[in-house]
Amino acid sequence: MLNKIYDWVDERLDITPIWRDIADHEVPEHVNPAHHFSAFVYCFGGLTFFITVIQILSGMFLTMYYVPDIENAWESVYYLQNEVAFGEIVRGMHHWGASLVIVMMFLHTLRVFFTGSYKKPRELNWMVGVLIFAVMLGLGFTGYLLPWDMKALFATKVGIEIAASVPFVGGIIKTLLAGDETIIGAQTLTRFFAIHVFFLPAALFALLAAHFIMIRRQGISGPL
Amino acid sequence: MHRGKGMKFVGDSRVPDLSNRKKNTPKDYSEYPGKTEAFWPDFLLKEWLVGAVFLVGYLVLTVAHPSPLERPADPADTGYIPVPDWYFLFLYQLLKYEFASGPFNIIGAIVMPGLAFGALLLVPFLDTSKERSPWKRPLPTGFMLLAIASIIYLTWESVVNHDWEAAKAYGEIKEEVSVEFDETSEGYQLYQGSSCIGCHGNSFEGGIGLPLVGLEYTAEEIVEIAHEGKGGMPGGTFTGTEEELQKLAEYITTLQPAE
Repeated sequence: MLNKIYDWVDERLDITPIWRDIADHEVPEHVNPAHHFSAFVYCFGGLTFFITVIQILSGMFLTMYYVPDIENAWESVYYLQNEVAFGEIVRGMHHWGASLVIVMMFLHTLRVFFTGSYKKPRELNWMVGVLIFAVMLGLGFTGYLLPWDMKALFATKVGIEIAASVPFVGGIIKTLLAGDETIIGAQTLTRFFAIHVFFLPAALFALLAAHFIMIRRQGISGPL
Repeated sequence: MHRGKGMKFVGDSRVPDLSNRKKNTPKDYSEYPGKTEAFWPDFLLKEWLVGAVFLVGYLVLTVAHPSPLERPADPADTGYIPVPDWYFLFLYQLLKYEFASGPFNIIGAIVMPGLAFGALLLVPFLDTSKERSPWKRPLPTGFMLLAIASIIYLTWESVVNHDWEAAKAYGEIKEEVSVEFDETSEGYQLYQGSSCIGCHGNSFEGGIGLPLVGLEYTAEEIVEIAHEGKGGMPGGTFTGTEEELQKLAEYITTLQPAE
């Protein structure tokens, strides 16, 4: 039955090459931990993606309860944490995942750096990777404010002050992030929510797509 | 091997098209000696095994350490010492040094992080040698090790100089205690007329002083505390008679939190 549906679609759209392109490539010996245990360093990139997927899924579930408004944000997080079934687990995974993804991404960056894998022809993929790193830090920074508790507010205040110290455009950046020239408040929370949930994930998806397409096109760098 | 439904494949590395190969395209893996493995499904299954082990550790961490939540943000509370999430601590610490703060703030906030990020972004164009082994390119390796050491050192300095216990106590969620009581009762009349209400709140909910609900003291102990004081509370501020104090103390022992 499933085969027939597949054939019906394939006959019209020729979808086999699309997924075969992902499935049909060979993994060389030097990146396979089954052959050389030290090759586990090549797992960091995959694990980063794995946590990213968990972050996306847990984040989607968090938005079912979270309210981006200064009156209700903390209350909604408190409710989620203490009343909702498995809410503590979902929030916990999102909270710890945010730290783990930074750790894994850092290790992945170091692996690529020390194996010299950024060299020709992979310069562009390295640069996209560094941009992904920046987007992830942005997600961490904006997500930290959302529970609207004491540490969130005051960490964000400091962060925005640092952004405001950029010469010439600092004031504009501050207003853009905080929604006001002086107040860190209701506007800031909704802006950070929008940036955290829409703007940065959109940038992340585009960059990840570019990252993966380039890996498929160029392959993993050879052994040292 | 028969693949798929007999369609042609896009970029299949198992079908090397030597005539069309661009100069920069890396060699096909079959040109390396060793055991290659198909990504799907063999290698992906092993990857999933690594992922599963990782996921177990991740879930154990999640269950063992519930994510923290402090009390609701209060912008008017200036006593809170701000601290960013741990992976920003090294940048935060940098701003505390003399050469990177005050009039030189721009060095710590913009110039140094900017240079480091710019160098990281452009590293393929700064390190253009053909060598890939870290041992054969000492400068890039050296700079990266220096950067890692600085990040670790700065993070460490930041962690040991922050009073985590005090911050935790300051940020803790304060439980609201409410109590049902009769405002016309003699006890409350005495309370209202005394100076106790100034610190312990109109409905015994606390303020500068602690809440007076559900105390584990006897009436005698409460009388003693009113005379002698306790902790930050001064003694001898109750101006009524000894009898009134005794009545008030007995009334306070009856206050239990509302269900």
